[in-house]
Amino acid sequence: MKDRGRRTKKAPASCRLPIAQYFAFALVLAALTGFFVAQSARAQETTPSDDEVNAIAKHLYCPVCENTPLDVCPTEACRQWRELIRQMLAEGKSEQEIKDYFVANYGARVLAEPPRAGVNWLFYLVPPILILGGAFALFSAFRAWMKPKVAESDSGREAAGASSSDDEYVRRIEEELKKRK
Amino acid sequence: MTEETTLKKRGVPLWAQIIVWALLVGFLIMVGIGLKRASNPMAEIGGAVPDFRIVYYEGYEYNGKSEMKLSDLRGKVVLVNIWASWCKPCEQEAPELEEAWQLYKDADDVVFIGVDYVDTPEGAFGYLKKFGITFPNAPDLQSTISSILNRQMGVPETYLIDRQGVLRQVKIGPFASVAELQAFIGLAD
Repeated sequence: MKDRGRRTKKAPASCRLPIAQYFAFALVLAALTGFFVAQSARAQETTPSDDEVNAIAKHLYCPVCENTPLDVCPTEACRQWRELIRQMLAEGKSEQEIKDYFVANYGARVLAEPPRAGVNWLFYLVPPILILGGAFALFSAFRAWMKPKVAESDSGREAAGASSSDDEYVRRIEEELKKRK
Repeated sequence: MTEETTLKKRGVPLWAQIIVWALLVGFLIMVGIGLKRASNPMAEIGGAVPDFRIVYYEGYEYNGKSEMKLSDLRGKVVLVNIWASWCKPCEQEAPELEEAWQLYKDADDVVFIGVDYVDTPEGAFGYLKKFGITFPNAPDLQSTISSILNRQMGVPETYLIDRQGVLRQVKIGPFASVAELQAFIGLAD
């Protein structure tokens, strides 16, 4: 009993320090884990995904390899530009701000379509107007071609009058030709 | 009377004529804009190089100036090297270019100018730092200078302009050695 008593008395004294150390260690471990988890969560939040980058890149064209959208261009140059888009997105730039940056630096050729400003409006307005105008002209021409046939079939008298006037005209030409002979 | 009426009916209305003419003028303006864009002055071997102005990258200057016009360099041989950080063959010649520049810079008779073709700022500064390039370098993001120099294939391309501002030689692809560069520069005289 004495021995047990001694043990029970000694045990708390000998355990105090390790328990405090365990607590301290656990606290530090928890703090570190929390820190790293927070850091990785923040990194995931601030690093835009490939899909987010490509959503903007598909509206831009590679300034080097012409007619190739930036999202599918396999060159090193385009990889650098996609990284630039990622960096700008991480900085909180909007799609329009990124496009404006690319246009300011590399020119309007990087855009999938010319900006709707100034004389560029001609590129948007002239082709559809020409198509509409052409369609209207065709429609008018078809109508004009159809009318005489309808007139001929509908009015026999008018047709007869026309043919008689044609006969008269032919007769006069023949007379003229005879005179010349 | 009936003939006149028929003629009037068959005539194209005034509003239609105005629209057709307006469209024609619009179309001609579009063609004109396209032609103007396509007709920038370009250099040819044996001909004078059209003047251009460049602004050097931050940290670079020549004779205490951070920008220059090609015409400012009359009387000197000018070597214009077009490169880009995304261009692997450019990396092959970068150390040779810097080594050659070290040979010429003190005499101030030959000027090296690096023109960075359509690049990103990070890529460009990384490249310049990596190869320790000290001769003046400038960006050509909208390919204005490379168009004037009539860039033919891609990058790297190097242009040799003589003391009178005439384009003497064009090297397509990287230089293999400093000796090759020296021989190339020697063709200016």
